[in-house]
Amino acid sequence: MSLGSAGHVLLGLLVSLTAPALAQAPGERRSGYHDMSPSLQAMQDDEIANPGMLWVLDGEAMWNRKQGAAAKSCADCHGAVSTMAGVAARYPAFSGANPRPVDLAQRINLCRTDNQKADAYPYESKELLSLTAVVTRQSKDLPIAPPADPRLAPFVAAGADLFTQRQGQLNLSCAQCHEDNAGRKLAAATIPQAHPIGYPIYRLEWQSLGSLQRRLRNCLIGMRAEPYAYGADEYVALELYLASRARGMPIEAPGVRP
Amino acid sequence: MLLGAIVAALLATPALAADPRRPYVVNGDEIKASLTGRAGDPARGRAIVANRQVGLCLLCHTGPIPEERFQGDLAPDLGGAGGRWTEGQLRLRVVDAERFNPTTIMPPYFRTEKLARVAKAFADKPILSAEQIEDVVAYLATLKD
Ligand code: HEC
Ligand code: HEC
Repeated sequence: MSLGSAGHVLLGLLVSLTAPALAQAPGERRSGYHDMSPSLQAMQDDEIANPGMLWVLDGEAMWNRKQGAAAKSCADCHGAVSTMAGVAARYPAFSGANPRPVDLAQRINLCRTDNQKADAYPYESKELLSLTAVVTRQSKDLPIAPPADPRLAPFVAAGADLFTQRQGQLNLSCAQCHEDNAGRKLAAATIPQAHPIGYPIYRLEWQSLGSLQRRLRNCLIGMRAEPYAYGADEYVALELYLASRARGMPIEAPGVRP
Repeated sequence: MLLGAIVAALLATPALAADPRRPYVVNGDEIKASLTGRAGDPARGRAIVANRQVGLCLLCHTGPIPEERFQGDLAPDLGGAGGRWTEGQLRLRVVDAERFNPTTIMPPYFRTEKLARVAKAFADKPILSAEQIEDVVAYLATLKD
Protein backbone atom coordinates (compact mmCIF):
# COMPACT_ATOMS: atom_id res chain seq x y z
CA MET A 1 0.00 0.00 0.00
CA SER A 2 2.28 2.73 -1.23
CA LEU A 3 1.66 6.42 -0.80
CA GLY A 4 1.44 6.62 -4.55
CA SER A 5 -1.53 4.33 -4.80
CA ALA A 6 -3.19 5.96 -1.78
CA GLY A 7 -2.84 9.26 -3.57
CA HIS A 8 -4.36 7.73 -6.68
CA VAL A 9 -7.42 6.59 -4.75
CA LEU A 10 -7.72 9.99 -3.08
CA LEU A 11 -7.61 11.67 -6.44
CA GLY A 12 -10.23 9.24 -7.68
CA LEU A 13 -12.58 9.90 -4.83
CA LEU A 14 -12.41 13.67 -5.26
CA VAL A 15 -13.87 13.38 -8.74
CA SER A 16 -16.26 10.57 -7.97
CA LEU A 17 -18.33 11.67 -5.00
CA THR A 18 -21.06 12.23 -7.55
CA ALA A 19 -20.47 8.88 -9.31
CA PRO A 20 -23.64 7.70 -11.04
CA ALA A 21 -25.49 4.82 -9.45
CA LEU A 22 -24.95 2.04 -11.97
CA ALA A 23 -25.99 -1.03 -10.02
CA GLN A 24 -28.81 -3.12 -11.39
CA ALA A 25 -32.16 -3.07 -9.59
CA PRO A 26 -32.23 -5.90 -7.00
CA GLY A 27 -34.66 -8.00 -9.07
CA GLU A 28 -32.29 -7.97 -12.05
CA ARG A 29 -29.22 -9.02 -10.14
CA ARG A 30 -27.89 -12.42 -10.96
CA SER A 31 -25.02 -14.51 -9.63
CA GLY A 32 -22.41 -15.82 -12.07
CA TYR A 33 -23.54 -19.22 -10.73
CA HIS A 34 -26.61 -19.05 -13.01
CA ASP A 35 -24.43 -18.72 -16.11
CA MET A 36 -22.69 -22.05 -15.45
CA SER A 37 -23.63 -25.49 -16.77
CA PRO A 38 -25.89 -27.62 -14.52
CA SER A 39 -22.95 -29.96 -13.81
CA LEU A 40 -20.77 -27.10 -12.50
CA GLN A 41 -23.69 -25.78 -10.45
CA ALA A 42 -24.07 -29.24 -8.94
CA MET A 43 -20.35 -29.32 -8.19
CA GLN A 44 -20.60 -26.00 -6.32
CA ASP A 45 -23.72 -27.09 -4.41
CA ASP A 46 -22.37 -30.45 -3.24
CA GLU A 47 -20.07 -30.13 -0.21
CA ILE A 48 -18.29 -33.37 -1.12
CA ALA A 49 -17.77 -32.54 -4.82
CA ASN A 50 -16.91 -28.84 -4.34
CA PRO A 51 -13.07 -28.72 -4.48
CA GLY A 52 -13.10 -25.43 -2.55
CA MET A 53 -14.20 -27.37 0.54
CA LEU A 54 -10.67 -28.81 0.78
CA TRP A 55 -9.40 -25.31 1.57
CA VAL A 56 -12.26 -24.82 4.05
CA LEU A 57 -11.21 -28.01 5.86
CA ASP A 58 -7.55 -26.95 5.93
CA GLY A 59 -8.61 -23.57 7.24
CA GLU A 60 -10.59 -25.17 10.01
CA ALA A 61 -7.50 -27.08 11.18
CA MET A 62 -5.43 -23.89 10.99
CA TRP A 63 -8.03 -22.01 13.05
CA ASN A 64 -7.16 -24.16 16.05
CA ARG A 65 -3.37 -24.21 15.60
CA LYS A 66 -1.18 -22.07 17.90
CA GLN A 67 1.00 -19.71 15.85
CA GLY A 68 3.65 -17.03 16.14
CA ALA A 69 5.62 -15.59 19.07
CA ALA A 70 2.34 -15.18 20.99
CA ALA A 71 1.67 -18.95 20.59
CA LYS A 72 -2.04 -18.28 20.16
CA SER A 73 -4.54 -19.87 17.81
CA CYS A 74 -7.42 -17.99 16.21
CA ALA A 75 -9.70 -20.04 18.49
CA ASP A 76 -7.84 -18.80 21.59
CA CYS A 77 -9.13 -15.30 20.89
CA HIS A 78 -12.39 -15.93 18.99
CA GLY A 79 -13.69 -19.31 20.15
CA ALA A 80 -15.20 -21.68 17.61
CA VAL A 81 -14.93 -20.69 13.94
CA SER A 82 -18.74 -20.55 13.84
CA THR A 83 -18.48 -17.23 15.76
CA MET A 84 -17.31 -15.80 12.41
CA ALA A 85 -20.85 -16.05 10.94
CA GLY A 86 -21.67 -12.71 9.28
CA VAL A 87 -18.12 -11.38 9.31
CA ALA A 88 -17.28 -11.99 5.63
CA ALA A 89 -20.64 -10.40 4.71
CA ARG A 90 -19.49 -7.00 5.97
CA TYR A 91 -15.92 -6.86 4.61
CA PRO A 92 -14.06 -4.83 3.30
CA ALA A 93 -14.36 -2.60 6.38
CA PHE A 94 -12.41 -0.42 8.78
CA SER A 95 -10.84 -2.61 11.41
CA GLY A 96 -9.01 -1.65 14.60
CA ALA A 97 -6.66 1.27 14.29
CA ASN A 98 -5.93 0.65 10.60
CA PRO A 99 -6.27 3.98 8.79
CA ARG A 100 -7.77 2.45 5.65
CA PRO A 101 -10.43 -0.17 5.01
CA VAL A 102 -9.11 -3.71 4.58
CA ASP A 103 -10.55 -6.79 2.91
CA LEU A 104 -11.05 -10.05 4.78
CA ALA A 105 -7.68 -11.55 3.80
CA GLN A 106 -5.93 -8.37 4.97
CA ARG A 107 -7.91 -8.47 8.26
CA ILE A 108 -6.75 -12.06 8.79
CA ASN A 109 -3.16 -10.95 8.20
CA LEU A 110 -3.63 -8.13 10.75
CA CYS A 111 -4.51 -10.84 13.29
CA ARG A 112 -1.38 -12.72 12.24
CA THR A 113 0.94 -9.77 12.77
CA ASP A 114 -0.76 -7.96 15.67
CA ASN A 115 -2.25 -10.76 17.74
CA GLN A 116 -0.24 -13.89 16.90
CA LYS A 117 3.03 -11.99 16.42
CA ALA A 118 3.65 -13.98 13.25
CA ASP A 119 4.55 -12.98 9.69
CA ALA A 120 1.74 -12.03 7.32
CA TYR A 121 0.91 -14.76 4.81
CA PRO A 122 1.61 -13.88 1.15
CA TYR A 123 -1.39 -13.11 -1.07
CA GLU A 124 -2.76 -16.25 -2.75
CA SER A 125 -0.79 -18.53 -0.41
CA LYS A 126 -2.55 -21.75 0.49
CA GLU A 127 -2.66 -20.63 4.15
CA LEU A 128 -4.27 -17.25 3.52
CA LEU A 129 -6.79 -18.73 1.06
CA SER A 130 -7.67 -21.50 3.51
CA LEU A 131 -8.30 -19.15 6.43
CA THR A 132 -10.26 -16.77 4.19
CA ALA A 133 -12.30 -19.70 2.87
CA VAL A 134 -13.21 -21.09 6.29
CA VAL A 135 -14.18 -17.66 7.66
CA THR A 136 -16.24 -16.84 4.56
CA ARG A 137 -17.96 -20.23 4.66
CA GLN A 138 -19.42 -19.29 8.05
CA SER A 139 -21.47 -16.62 6.21
CA LYS A 140 -22.85 -19.02 3.58
CA ASP A 141 -26.38 -17.91 2.56
CA LEU A 142 -26.15 -14.71 4.62
CA PRO A 143 -26.78 -11.47 2.71
CA ILE A 144 -23.90 -9.19 1.75
CA ALA A 145 -24.19 -6.40 4.36
CA PRO A 146 -21.69 -3.55 3.95
CA PRO A 147 -21.54 -1.59 7.23
CA ALA A 148 -23.20 1.83 7.46
CA ASP A 149 -19.85 3.44 8.25
CA PRO A 150 -19.62 6.93 6.76
CA ARG A 151 -15.83 6.64 6.62
CA LEU A 152 -16.28 4.02 3.88
CA ALA A 153 -18.23 6.28 1.51
CA PRO A 154 -15.23 7.90 -0.21
CA PHE A 155 -13.57 4.51 -0.76
CA VAL A 156 -16.75 3.04 -2.27
CA ALA A 157 -16.93 6.09 -4.53
CA ALA A 158 -13.30 5.59 -5.55
CA GLY A 159 -14.16 1.99 -6.45
CA ALA A 160 -17.13 3.12 -8.54
CA ASP A 161 -14.82 5.51 -10.32
CA LEU A 162 -12.29 2.77 -11.09
CA PHE A 163 -15.12 0.54 -12.28
CA THR A 164 -16.19 3.03 -14.93
CA GLN A 165 -12.72 4.18 -16.00
CA ARG A 166 -11.40 2.93 -19.36
CA GLN A 167 -7.97 1.35 -19.09
CA GLY A 168 -5.44 -0.78 -20.89
CA GLN A 169 -4.48 -1.11 -24.54
CA LEU A 170 -8.03 -2.30 -25.29
CA ASN A 171 -9.41 0.87 -23.63
CA LEU A 172 -12.24 -0.93 -21.81
CA SER A 173 -13.90 -0.26 -18.46
CA CYS A 174 -15.28 -2.87 -16.08
CA ALA A 175 -18.73 -1.32 -16.51
CA GLN A 176 -18.68 -1.68 -20.30
CA CYS A 177 -18.56 -5.44 -19.87
CA HIS A 178 -20.26 -6.05 -16.53
CA GLU A 179 -23.02 -3.41 -16.73
CA ASP A 180 -23.57 -2.78 -20.44
CA ASN A 181 -22.92 -6.29 -21.79
CA ALA A 182 -23.59 -8.67 -18.89
CA GLY A 183 -25.34 -11.80 -20.12
CA ARG A 184 -23.83 -11.49 -23.61
CA LYS A 185 -21.10 -13.75 -24.97
CA LEU A 186 -17.47 -12.69 -25.01
CA ALA A 187 -16.28 -15.56 -27.21
CA ALA A 188 -17.26 -18.67 -25.19
CA ALA A 189 -17.74 -16.90 -21.84
CA THR A 190 -21.04 -15.45 -20.71
CA ILE A 191 -20.15 -12.06 -19.18
CA PRO A 192 -21.32 -12.18 -15.55
CA GLN A 193 -22.60 -9.17 -13.59
CA ALA A 194 -19.41 -9.38 -11.49
CA HIS A 195 -20.87 -10.03 -8.05
CA PRO A 196 -18.23 -10.96 -5.47
CA ILE A 197 -20.45 -13.39 -3.55
CA GLY A 198 -18.67 -16.66 -4.42
CA TYR A 199 -15.12 -15.66 -3.45
CA PRO A 200 -12.69 -17.19 -2.71
CA ILE A 201 -13.60 -19.34 -5.69
CA TYR A 202 -12.38 -22.66 -7.12
CA ARG A 203 -11.63 -22.09 -10.81
CA LEU A 204 -11.13 -25.16 -12.96
CA GLU A 205 -8.83 -23.12 -15.20
CA TRP A 206 -6.62 -22.27 -12.18
CA GLN A 207 -6.92 -25.77 -10.67
CA SER A 208 -6.94 -23.89 -7.39
CA LEU A 209 -8.87 -21.67 -5.08
CA GLY A 210 -8.29 -17.98 -5.83
CA SER A 211 -9.20 -14.67 -4.26
CA LEU A 212 -11.37 -11.88 -5.63
CA GLN A 213 -8.17 -9.86 -6.14
CA ARG A 214 -6.87 -12.62 -8.40
CA ARG A 215 -10.10 -12.47 -10.43
CA LEU A 216 -9.85 -8.68 -10.79
CA ARG A 217 -6.22 -9.07 -11.85
CA ASN A 218 -7.30 -11.51 -14.58
CA CYS A 219 -9.83 -9.04 -15.95
CA LEU A 220 -7.19 -6.27 -15.94
CA ILE A 221 -4.74 -8.51 -17.81
CA GLY A 222 -7.51 -9.27 -20.33
CA MET A 223 -7.94 -5.52 -20.86
CA ARG A 224 -4.15 -5.33 -21.38
CA ALA A 225 -3.97 -2.95 -18.42
CA GLU A 226 -1.13 -3.01 -15.90
CA PRO A 227 -2.59 -5.00 -12.98
CA TYR A 228 -2.35 -3.37 -9.55
CA ALA A 229 -0.02 -5.14 -7.12
CA TYR A 230 -1.73 -7.59 -4.75
CA GLY A 231 -2.99 -5.71 -1.72
CA ALA A 232 -3.20 -2.36 -3.54
CA ASP A 233 -5.76 0.16 -2.33
CA GLU A 234 -7.38 0.06 -5.77
CA TYR A 235 -8.43 -3.57 -5.29
CA VAL A 236 -9.92 -2.80 -1.86
CA ALA A 237 -11.81 0.14 -3.38
CA LEU A 238 -13.14 -2.10 -6.19
CA GLU A 239 -14.04 -4.83 -3.68
CA LEU A 240 -15.95 -2.25 -1.60
CA TYR A 241 -17.82 -1.01 -4.64
CA LEU A 242 -18.65 -4.57 -5.75
CA ALA A 243 -19.94 -5.35 -2.22
CA SER A 244 -22.12 -2.24 -2.19
CA ARG A 245 -23.51 -3.24 -5.58
CA ALA A 246 -24.24 -6.78 -4.33
CA ARG A 247 -25.79 -5.68 -1.01
CA GLY A 248 -28.40 -8.24 0.07
CA MET A 249 -27.26 -11.04 -2.27
CA PRO A 250 -26.54 -14.32 -0.43
CA ILE A 251 -22.95 -15.50 -0.02
CA GLU A 252 -22.13 -18.69 -1.99
CA ALA A 253 -18.49 -19.24 -1.08
CA PRO A 254 -16.56 -21.23 -1.99
CA GLY A 255 -17.98 -20.92 -5.50
CA VAL A 256 -16.89 -22.95 -8.51
CA ARG A 257 -16.20 -21.39 -11.91
CA PRO A 258 -14.96 -22.81 -15.25
CA MET B 1 21.07 -4.94 -61.87
CA LEU B 2 19.04 -1.76 -61.35
CA LEU B 3 15.86 -3.81 -61.05
CA GLY B 4 17.54 -5.95 -58.41
CA ALA B 5 18.40 -2.85 -56.40
CA ILE B 6 14.82 -1.59 -56.58
CA VAL B 7 13.45 -4.96 -55.43
CA ALA B 8 15.93 -5.00 -52.55
CA ALA B 9 14.90 -1.48 -51.56
CA LEU B 10 11.22 -2.45 -51.65
CA LEU B 11 11.86 -5.49 -49.49
CA ALA B 12 13.67 -3.29 -47.00
CA THR B 13 10.72 -0.86 -46.50
CA PRO B 14 8.70 -2.85 -43.90
CA ALA B 15 10.79 -1.33 -41.10
CA LEU B 16 9.45 2.07 -42.08
CA ALA B 17 5.93 0.78 -42.64
CA ALA B 18 5.81 -0.78 -39.17
CA ASP B 19 6.17 2.60 -37.42
CA PRO B 20 3.17 2.71 -35.09
CA ARG B 21 3.06 6.51 -35.25
CA ARG B 22 2.64 6.55 -39.03
CA PRO B 23 0.35 9.56 -39.52
CA TYR B 24 -2.96 9.35 -41.34
CA VAL B 25 -5.50 11.88 -42.54
CA VAL B 26 -9.18 11.71 -41.63
CA ASN B 27 -11.59 13.06 -44.25
CA GLY B 28 -15.11 13.25 -42.83
CA ASP B 29 -15.84 9.76 -41.53
CA GLU B 30 -13.13 8.11 -43.61
CA ILE B 31 -9.40 7.53 -43.81
CA LYS B 32 -9.24 7.37 -47.58
CA ALA B 33 -5.55 6.52 -48.05
CA SER B 34 -3.95 3.22 -47.16
CA LEU B 35 -1.85 3.49 -43.99
CA THR B 36 1.01 1.78 -45.83
CA GLY B 37 0.51 3.24 -49.29
CA ARG B 38 -0.31 -0.28 -50.51
CA ALA B 39 -3.39 -2.46 -50.66
CA GLY B 40 -3.70 -5.09 -47.93
CA ASP B 41 -4.04 -8.83 -48.42
CA PRO B 42 -7.57 -10.13 -47.69
CA ALA B 43 -6.41 -13.70 -46.91
CA ARG B 44 -3.98 -12.46 -44.28
CA GLY B 45 -6.72 -10.12 -43.00
CA ARG B 46 -9.12 -13.01 -42.55
CA ALA B 47 -6.50 -14.86 -40.49
CA ILE B 48 -5.98 -11.78 -38.28
CA VAL B 49 -9.72 -11.36 -37.70
CA ALA B 50 -10.03 -15.06 -36.83
CA ASN B 51 -7.12 -15.03 -34.39
CA ARG B 52 -8.18 -14.48 -30.78
CA GLN B 53 -4.74 -13.30 -29.67
CA VAL B 54 -4.07 -11.01 -32.64
CA GLY B 55 -7.29 -9.47 -33.98
CA LEU B 56 -9.52 -10.35 -31.01
CA CYS B 57 -12.45 -9.43 -33.29
CA LEU B 58 -14.43 -12.64 -32.72
CA LEU B 59 -14.37 -12.14 -28.95
CA CYS B 60 -17.09 -9.54 -29.56
CA HIS B 61 -18.26 -9.98 -33.17
CA THR B 62 -19.75 -12.82 -35.10
CA GLY B 63 -18.45 -13.14 -38.64
CA PRO B 64 -18.50 -15.44 -41.66
CA ILE B 65 -15.63 -17.59 -40.34
CA PRO B 66 -17.45 -20.87 -39.68
CA GLU B 67 -14.41 -22.84 -38.50
CA GLU B 68 -14.10 -20.56 -35.45
CA ARG B 69 -16.52 -21.71 -32.77
CA PHE B 70 -17.59 -19.53 -29.83
CA GLN B 71 -17.90 -16.16 -31.48
CA GLY B 72 -19.03 -13.19 -29.39
CA ASP B 73 -22.45 -11.57 -29.61
CA LEU B 74 -21.90 -8.08 -28.27
CA ALA B 75 -21.16 -6.42 -31.61
CA PRO B 76 -22.71 -6.47 -35.12
CA ASP B 77 -22.10 -9.40 -37.47
CA LEU B 78 -19.11 -8.60 -39.68
CA GLY B 79 -20.88 -10.26 -42.62
CA GLY B 80 -21.90 -7.53 -45.05
CA ALA B 81 -19.64 -4.89 -43.47
CA GLY B 82 -18.01 -4.26 -46.85
CA GLY B 83 -21.46 -3.53 -48.32
CA ARG B 84 -22.50 -1.18 -45.52
CA TRP B 85 -19.28 0.85 -45.35
CA THR B 86 -16.70 2.22 -47.78
CA GLU B 87 -13.11 1.07 -47.45
CA GLY B 88 -12.25 4.46 -45.92
CA GLN B 89 -15.00 4.16 -43.33
CA LEU B 90 -13.89 0.63 -42.45
CA ARG B 91 -10.30 1.88 -42.06
CA LEU B 92 -11.32 4.67 -39.66
CA ARG B 93 -13.58 2.28 -37.77
CA VAL B 94 -10.74 -0.18 -37.11
CA VAL B 95 -8.11 2.54 -36.51
CA ASP B 96 -10.16 4.39 -33.88
CA ALA B 97 -13.84 3.41 -33.50
CA GLU B 98 -14.38 6.20 -30.97
CA ARG B 99 -14.40 8.61 -33.92
CA PHE B 100 -17.79 7.12 -34.82
CA ASN B 101 -19.07 6.47 -31.32
CA PRO B 102 -17.37 8.07 -28.29
CA THR B 103 -18.80 5.43 -25.92
CA THR B 104 -17.99 2.42 -28.12
CA ILE B 105 -16.61 -0.74 -26.55
CA MET B 106 -14.64 -1.48 -29.74
CA PRO B 107 -10.90 -1.01 -28.99
CA PRO B 108 -8.90 1.57 -30.95
CA TYR B 109 -6.62 -0.69 -33.01
CA PHE B 110 -4.18 1.97 -34.21
CA ARG B 111 -4.07 4.49 -31.39
CA THR B 112 -1.36 4.81 -28.76
CA GLU B 113 -2.37 8.07 -27.09
CA LYS B 114 -5.19 8.85 -24.60
CA LEU B 115 -4.99 5.38 -23.06
CA ALA B 116 -4.68 4.78 -19.30
CA ARG B 117 -2.48 2.27 -17.48
CA VAL B 118 -1.51 0.18 -20.53
CA ALA B 119 0.35 -3.00 -19.49
CA LYS B 120 4.12 -2.63 -19.91
CA ALA B 121 4.31 -5.30 -22.62
CA PHE B 122 1.91 -3.27 -24.81
CA ALA B 123 3.02 0.27 -23.94
CA ASP B 124 3.23 2.64 -26.93
CA LYS B 125 2.27 -0.13 -29.33
CA PRO B 126 -0.95 -0.12 -31.33
CA ILE B 127 -3.01 -3.33 -31.15
CA LEU B 128 -2.37 -3.94 -34.87
CA SER B 129 0.40 -2.62 -37.12
CA ALA B 130 -0.32 -0.51 -40.20
CA GLU B 131 0.17 -3.61 -42.41
CA GLN B 132 -2.22 -5.65 -40.30
CA ILE B 133 -4.85 -2.88 -40.38
CA GLU B 134 -4.62 -2.80 -44.19
CA ASP B 135 -4.96 -6.60 -44.39
CA VAL B 136 -8.06 -6.47 -42.13
CA VAL B 137 -9.59 -3.60 -44.14
CA ALA B 138 -8.97 -5.52 -47.39
CA TYR B 139 -10.72 -8.56 -45.89
CA LEU B 140 -13.68 -6.58 -44.52
CA ALA B 141 -14.13 -4.93 -47.95
CA THR B 142 -14.70 -8.40 -49.46
CA LEU B 143 -17.65 -9.02 -47.11
CA LYS B 144 -20.28 -7.58 -49.46
CA ASP B 145 -23.27 -9.56 -48.18
C1 HEC C 1 -13.81 -7.41 -21.92
C2 HEC C 1 -14.73 -7.77 -20.90
C3 HEC C 1 -14.38 -7.59 -19.42
C4 HEC C 1 -13.84 -6.50 -18.78
C5 HEC C 1 -13.42 -5.17 -19.38
C6 HEC C 1 -13.79 -6.84 -17.36
N1 HEC C 1 -14.26 -8.11 -17.17
FE1 HEC C 1 -14.61 -8.99 -15.35
N2 HEC C 1 -15.17 -10.74 -16.33
C7 HEC C 1 -15.31 -10.89 -17.70
C8 HEC C 1 -15.70 -12.24 -18.01
C9 HEC C 1 -15.96 -12.82 -19.40
C10 HEC C 1 -15.78 -12.91 -16.76
C11 HEC C 1 -16.16 -14.38 -16.53
C12 HEC C 1 -14.97 -15.19 -16.21
C13 HEC C 1 -14.26 -15.72 -17.38
O1 HEC C 1 -14.79 -16.59 -18.03
O2 HEC C 1 -13.12 -15.26 -17.64
C14 HEC C 1 -15.46 -11.93 -15.72
C15 HEC C 1 -15.48 -12.17 -14.33
C16 HEC C 1 -15.45 -11.18 -13.36
C17 HEC C 1 -15.78 -11.38 -11.96
C18 HEC C 1 -16.23 -12.70 -11.32
C19 HEC C 1 -17.70 -12.91 -11.41
C20 HEC C 1 -18.11 -14.31 -10.98
O3 HEC C 1 -19.32 -14.56 -10.94
O4 HEC C 1 -17.26 -15.13 -10.67
C21 HEC C 1 -15.60 -10.17 -11.34
C22 HEC C 1 -15.84 -9.88 -9.85
C23 HEC C 1 -15.16 -9.22 -12.35
N3 HEC C 1 -15.09 -9.86 -13.57
C24 HEC C 1 -14.86 -7.88 -12.12
C25 HEC C 1 -14.27 -7.02 -13.07
C26 HEC C 1 -13.70 -5.72 -12.77
C27 HEC C 1 -13.69 -5.07 -11.40
C28 HEC C 1 -13.21 -5.21 -13.95
C29 HEC C 1 -12.40 -3.97 -14.20
C30 HEC C 1 -11.21 -3.80 -13.44
C31 HEC C 1 -13.53 -6.18 -14.98
N4 HEC C 1 -14.14 -7.26 -14.41
C32 HEC C 1 -13.29 -6.00 -16.36
C33 HEC C 1 -15.15 -9.88 -18.65
C34 HEC C 1 -14.64 -8.61 -18.40
C1 HEC D 1 -14.53 -5.40 -27.34
C2 HEC D 1 -15.43 -5.51 -28.45
C3 HEC D 1 -15.00 -5.40 -29.89
C4 HEC D 1 -13.86 -5.88 -30.51
C5 HEC D 1 -12.73 -6.68 -29.88
C6 HEC D 1 -13.97 -5.51 -31.91
N1 HEC D 1 -15.13 -4.82 -32.13
FE1 HEC D 1 -15.81 -4.10 -33.94
N2 HEC D 1 -17.46 -3.29 -33.04
C7 HEC D 1 -17.80 -3.46 -31.71
C8 HEC D 1 -19.10 -2.85 -31.47
C9 HEC D 1 -19.85 -2.85 -30.12
C10 HEC D 1 -19.52 -2.29 -32.69
C11 HEC D 1 -20.85 -1.55 -32.97
C12 HEC D 1 -20.72 -0.09 -33.15
C13 HEC D 1 -20.23 0.62 -31.92
O1 HEC D 1 -20.71 0.37 -30.81
O2 HEC D 1 -19.30 1.41 -32.07
C14 HEC D 1 -18.46 -2.59 -33.65
C15 HEC D 1 -18.50 -2.23 -35.00
C16 HEC D 1 -17.64 -2.71 -35.98
C17 HEC D 1 -17.80 -2.52 -37.41
C18 HEC D 1 -18.99 -1.85 -38.07
C19 HEC D 1 -20.05 -2.91 -38.13
C20 HEC D 1 -21.29 -2.48 -38.87
O3 HEC D 1 -21.55 -3.05 -39.92
O4 HEC D 1 -21.95 -1.56 -38.40
C21 HEC D 1 -16.76 -3.14 -38.03
C22 HEC D 1 -16.52 -3.25 -39.51
C23 HEC D 1 -15.94 -3.72 -36.99
N3 HEC D 1 -16.50 -3.43 -35.78
C24 HEC D 1 -14.79 -4.45 -37.23
C25 HEC D 1 -13.98 -5.02 -36.23
C26 HEC D 1 -12.74 -5.72 -36.48
C27 HEC D 1 -12.19 -6.01 -37.86
C28 HEC D 1 -12.22 -6.05 -35.27
C29 HEC D 1 -10.88 -6.70 -34.96
C30 HEC D 1 -9.72 -6.29 -35.67
C31 HEC D 1 -13.16 -5.62 -34.26
N4 HEC D 1 -14.21 -4.97 -34.87
C32 HEC D 1 -13.00 -5.81 -32.88
C33 HEC D 1 -17.05 -4.13 -30.73
C34 HEC D 1 -15.81 -4.73 -30.94
